[in-house]
Amino acid sequence: MLISFIINGKQAKREIAPDTILLDLLRSMGMKSVKCGCDTGNCGLCTVWLDGSPVLSCSVPAARLEGHTVTTLEGLQEEAAAFSRCLADEGADQCGFCSPGLIINVLALEREIEDPDVNQIKEYLSGNLCRCTGYQSQLRAMMKYFGKSQE
Amino acid sequence: MSEQRYVSHAIRKLDAGALLSGKPVYTDDLAPASCLVIKLLRSPHAHALIESIRTEAARRVPGIEAIFTYEDVPDKRFTEAGQTFPEPSPDDRLILDRRVRFVGDPVAIVAGEDEKCVDRALKLIKVDYEVLEPVLDFTRALDHPVLIHPEDSYVAKPGIGTDQYRNLCASNLRGKGHVDEVLAQCAYKVEETYHTKAVNQTMMEPFTTYCTMDIYGRIKVVSSTQIPFHVRRIVARALDIPKSSVRVVKPRIGGGFGAKQTSVSEIYPAFVTYKTGKPSKIVFSREECFIHGSPRHEMQIDVRIGAAEDGKIRVIDVHTLSNTGAFGEHGPTTVDLTGTKTISLYRDLDAYRFQSEVVYTNTVSAGAYRGYGATQGMFAVESAVNELAHKMGMDPALIREMNIVRQGDLFSDYHGQRATACTLDQCISRVKELIGWEEKYPFVKTGPHTVRAVGMALSMQGSGIENIDVGTVQLKLNDDGFYTMMIGCSDMGTGCDTILTQMAADCLGCEMDRIIVRGVDTDQSPYDSGSYASSTTYVTGGAVVRACDSIKRRICQEAAALMELPPDQVDFDGNLIIDRHDPDHFMELSDLVNALQAGFGRIIEVTESNTSPVSPPPFMCGACEIEVDLETGKIRPLYYAAVVDCGTVINTNLARVQTEGGIVQGIGMALYEDIRYSPKGKLKNRNLLTYKIPSRLDAGSVHVEFAPSYEPTGPFGAKSIGEVVINTPGPAIADAVYNATGLRFRELPITAEKVYAGLKEIKGAEDADITGTHALRQG
Repeated sequence: MLISFIINGKQAKREIAPDTILLDLLRSMGMKSVKCGCDTGNCGLCTVWLDGSPVLSCSVPAARLEGHTVTTLEGLQEEAAAFSRCLADEGADQCGFCSPGLIINVLALEREIEDPDVNQIKEYLSGNLCRCTGYQSQLRAMMKYFGKSQE
Repeated sequence: MSEQRYVSHAIRKLDAGALLSGKPVYTDDLAPASCLVIKLLRSPHAHALIESIRTEAARRVPGIEAIFTYEDVPDKRFTEAGQTFPEPSPDDRLILDRRVRFVGDPVAIVAGEDEKCVDRALKLIKVDYEVLEPVLDFTRALDHPVLIHPEDSYVAKPGIGTDQYRNLCASNLRGKGHVDEVLAQCAYKVEETYHTKAVNQTMMEPFTTYCTMDIYGRIKVVSSTQIPFHVRRIVARALDIPKSSVRVVKPRIGGGFGAKQTSVSEIYPAFVTYKTGKPSKIVFSREECFIHGSPRHEMQIDVRIGAAEDGKIRVIDVHTLSNTGAFGEHGPTTVDLTGTKTISLYRDLDAYRFQSEVVYTNTVSAGAYRGYGATQGMFAVESAVNELAHKMGMDPALIREMNIVRQGDLFSDYHGQRATACTLDQCISRVKELIGWEEKYPFVKTGPHTVRAVGMALSMQGSGIENIDVGTVQLKLNDDGFYTMMIGCSDMGTGCDTILTQMAADCLGCEMDRIIVRGVDTDQSPYDSGSYASSTTYVTGGAVVRACDSIKRRICQEAAALMELPPDQVDFDGNLIIDRHDPDHFMELSDLVNALQAGFGRIIEVTESNTSPVSPPPFMCGACEIEVDLETGKIRPLYYAAVVDCGTVINTNLARVQTEGGIVQGIGMALYEDIRYSPKGKLKNRNLLTYKIPSRLDAGSVHVEFAPSYEPTGPFGAKSIGEVVINTPGPAIADAVYNATGLRFRELPITAEKVYAGLKEIKGAEDADITGTHALRQG
């Protein structure tokens, strides 16, 4: 089936099989920031935006893109730069495999919740797993990014 | 060594920009689109013999390139464990075997042009099995009538106590003094059995490998691995081809934690590309990472520990039974750390004994997981020390302060080595301050049915493996005076590329951006044992320091010749080579390189390797504060205080993040991560829905500080950090749970269900007798 959609601000058309998953479509289009970490919708590594809201691309049929807009980290380089710097300054990147999904969800959080508190931050991002950092350095980076004092 | 502008600072990782902008830097991102997709047909039985396999129908599926079964592979047994040659793990596996030994054991390799056709083909392969009785209970595996490795081609390695006809992968016994006699004299003793499960590393990037054939007909293996040089050896042996025919390249790795110290995925695409000449790849699903990964060895550890009236620990006896699963990867070596790293925490023992058996079962083959046996051992021995303190009515912090190893001590069971750098005493006292030990121990009631309690444990590990691990660094001086630093150790996210560059920049007296670090390509990088056993900072770091000293000498030598001075009359400050007698007489480094590249001398390149006769342990103390809901059994980790002695801290950010990450992995093992098998041997927890690693809501807050010592044999005084940090949460949390509830758990994980059931049992007993601990805490 032929679908047309907007990806990272550009119009695109693709011939896909009806059972194609969004994650696979995006990676086949070169959006390699989108990672697969679990197959069961638990890890958050494949998070992208569909019409500006975060979704797990492993759980979205690609056919649903028809007429919609998808955004990956490749399309958010400028917006992501400031938070990425905060992560780097804490050494919170570590292996980096979960970073794209986390960053894109932090940017979604920023758009959705004005002045989030620490509990809102943790709740919103609880689906973004990380095995390297134990989350502490990521939280420090987020507090810095959102201009919060560190307790 | 000149002034430290980089060492002991919080330097950003060199690859941060690429990683954080989502660049295609991992194995699957780099695999050519033309790769054949590989999947494995897996055994549904824990133990069986293949009677027949019919692949004709599967081969007819359009797009299928090749299907291989046990009839197609070399008959030379090998091990997938990646340790320095001579690898101690037995050669006990084939690429595919007629005998399948666990549920998930590969039966056929299927390669095709896309996932769809491979999935179709997998369904069309017909296998008839002679189903055999499996050995699933590791406590009954030794001398079980069913043998897991009866094959004649099995190769045991010398000196590790293997007996394949007893299901015995390895065994050991050592000690000092008369354990039973001393124990009989002790006023207080604890004799208990502890049990830890085969927890999974759950690195975010699954096992991933792709292979291509290069222009010389050699196999290029690109893989997410911690051990590129060992993969070269393993693949060559498995395929029965010369090592010179294999090249291994490691791109960025999405975490390893030891999982990738076993070549779990490499042999399949290597075999397919070798047979077909075509590029191929395998990407394990998360489920496959569970059912065919390389998890921690499940262990049952009997501990006997005795102390005199005054609290002096006199004797420790550790007997470990380790479950290596279907194959022996890392079996003989992991078990040893349950003794060395635990017994050596305590000084002046009158007697100790360490005994071990490592047995085969029909479960997933175990491997290396951060902590490597020390984690299991520390849960047992540190729990026993806590139990001993409670028995004596003594503060568990105090019994440790009385008995721990001190600077200058000969370790109790550590290959005759001394504690040359040790601030463990400071670690304990600072942790007590951080957590408020005096006020909070043992528990504080916080609500009608909630209690907060604290618990403590110690840990030590090693820094590489003495006299075995090798790190090598090659430094080249290039145009304008920039350097290329070739290393063979694997940065797996830990940041070793960065910290080794920090060291080199300080040694060479230049900016970090004048050093280009490159790893790892076995055709180009100098040999390195790999990134495991907490070795990169200490072992490869030592090679960095040597290589820098060596290249500085070469720089002075070549410059002095051009300046017409004897070599010992010039100094190198990082940019200028200066006449010691005449500061106005100097040469710029860039001019020196230009001259050398124009033929006025010899080009400057050096290679230095490093092996250490000792493996200085890092130490730490960890204490947790938890809240337990006495109605539901739910345990909430609130706060974890950790103080680490890793010698000199090379990168303050990265060392801290290593510590925080290790502690939260340890919390996962203590509270959430369970591995369970069905009665027929099928692993039940095979995805992240049923195998629960901590999320950011489950971790609590972790506070890390350092109590640096100075290790004389380490680069800049450094020891290691990677593994020591995972060992304390198990025993510390178990003791906090005891302090909160009166319930002693000697098996991990300590789930809410177990606590609830335990509390219910106590309550039942106390309804008849109202003076128990539960009533006390219910207040």
